[in-house]
Amino acid sequence: MRKFGIENLNIWFGKVQALKGVSLAIEANEILSIIGPSNSGKTTFLRMLHRLNELEQNFRMSGSVLMDALDVRSVDLELLRKKIGIIFALPLPLPLSIFDNVSFGPRMHGIRARKRLTDIAEQSLKQAYIWDEVKDRLHESAFKLSGGQQQRLCIARTLATGPEVILFDEPCSGLDPVSTARVEETMLELKKDYTIVLVTNNVKQAARVGDRTAFFLSGELVELDTTDKIFTAPSNKRTDDYIRGKFG
Amino acid sequence: MMNPRTVQKIAFFSLFLSTLLIVVPVGMIVVIIVQKGLPAITWQFLTDVPRQGMRAGGIFPAIVGTLYLVLGAVAFALPIGLLAAIYLSEYARDNVMNRIVKLAIVNLAGVPSVVYGLFGLAMFVVWCRFGASILSGALTLGIMILPIIITASREALEAVPQTFREVSLSLGASKWQTIRHIVLPNAIPGIITGTILGIGRAAGETAPILFTVAAFYLPRLPKSIFDQAMALPYHLYVISTQVPNVDEKVRYGTAFVLLAMVLTVNLVAIVIRYKFRKQKKW
Repeated sequence: MRKFGIENLNIWFGKVQALKGVSLAIEANEILSIIGPSNSGKTTFLRMLHRLNELEQNFRMSGSVLMDALDVRSVDLELLRKKIGIIFALPLPLPLSIFDNVSFGPRMHGIRARKRLTDIAEQSLKQAYIWDEVKDRLHESAFKLSGGQQQRLCIARTLATGPEVILFDEPCSGLDPVSTARVEETMLELKKDYTIVLVTNNVKQAARVGDRTAFFLSGELVELDTTDKIFTAPSNKRTDDYIRGKFG
Repeated sequence: MMNPRTVQKIAFFSLFLSTLLIVVPVGMIVVIIVQKGLPAITWQFLTDVPRQGMRAGGIFPAIVGTLYLVLGAVAFALPIGLLAAIYLSEYARDNVMNRIVKLAIVNLAGVPSVVYGLFGLAMFVVWCRFGASILSGALTLGIMILPIIITASREALEAVPQTFREVSLSLGASKWQTIRHIVLPNAIPGIITGTILGIGRAAGETAPILFTVAAFYLPRLPKSIFDQAMALPYHLYVISTQVPNVDEKVRYGTAFVLLAMVLTVNLVAIVIRYKFRKQKKW
């Protein structure tokens, strides 16, 4: 089933064009990895799905982004962001307790009952494999957790909003290898229930978790294929060069 | 060529001297006022009305008047100032209109206080027909401290990391929810600081209340917000320059009370701010 359909997407910030005529489809329950050097437009692409780019004042776009055959720009913004969660490059806990971080989304969506919130929080923390580490300290500040724990807390916080899609924006760039492995495990586990788009600077990570991989360069989609194909027999020479580490 | 170590010593010495020069006058003001004013402070001085043409008795009506004026000014300026600051920091786009608004606020802060007094006279006393009253005086002081509160609040709001806003929005919170639950709680210490500065200014100014509220001699408490009132700064001015033969003790006593009130308010606000800062988790 097709989750997203992107047609001829162009994005500008002021005079700089960040994306150039990108068209691709994202299937439900797949992990799509997006690789490419800095400034290749991969994060801009990710933030487009979530309409976060609009926070920039000089943002302009053309083309269309459809989610479940609906233009994301016609969907109610809060509803869209409830359906699509995003994990940022650095762990970004809100300046609240662990519990309040996880229950923030549901509370903002109008859930008041304490029992409901506790259940959602517990379930989400378990799904993100951090429950055992935090269950006794739910009311401590989220900033007391280690970086890896904070990132999994952020995943739990996103899961708590009940999304259909989770966007990962270089989620492991600030983490050590052990924490990275745990986050990757979490991603593979989540694939059963969610559609995942992963932007990563780490080519090996894309190879480990992605079902399909897209290679972006200078705002263009160079190649999109199954991860096996991209990493063994890419059809574009630039893709091959990038994966072999010849540039970027 | 001078030896770098000598240069460093000279630099250090001039920096230290400048810092010392700031402390000396402040310290001397406090010392002199405490030294000369403290002996005047008796229970009667604080709770009695002025007697014998303000040469004896107490300054209770002026204390109460100043309290009312400060409270009124803050009650007026804080909500409006805070809402304006939220608009400017969170909603306003960078266009000509909003630049004019920001410029106006900066200029408002630079207007001499006597001009506020004249404005208050024309606007509240005459045009709104509030007469010379606590209401007119509080509104005039309120307008005077608005730019302080707006500027401090705006800076406090803008100091909250943009990433917090993005995270909150990305979790499906609306813009208002983000402001209400994430931005505002983290900006409170800065907003309180602005309010402290405003209170100090409102309590100490004479010119804005001169035409709008201050009574020369009113040996009773005001009955309503439409009543005139005595106020400490103006009372101090009156007994120092307008009434002959006032004991020096009474004058310094009044100055001491004014200073003590402002410092107490500041202290309370500093404690509140400290508590909020301690909760700050980033």
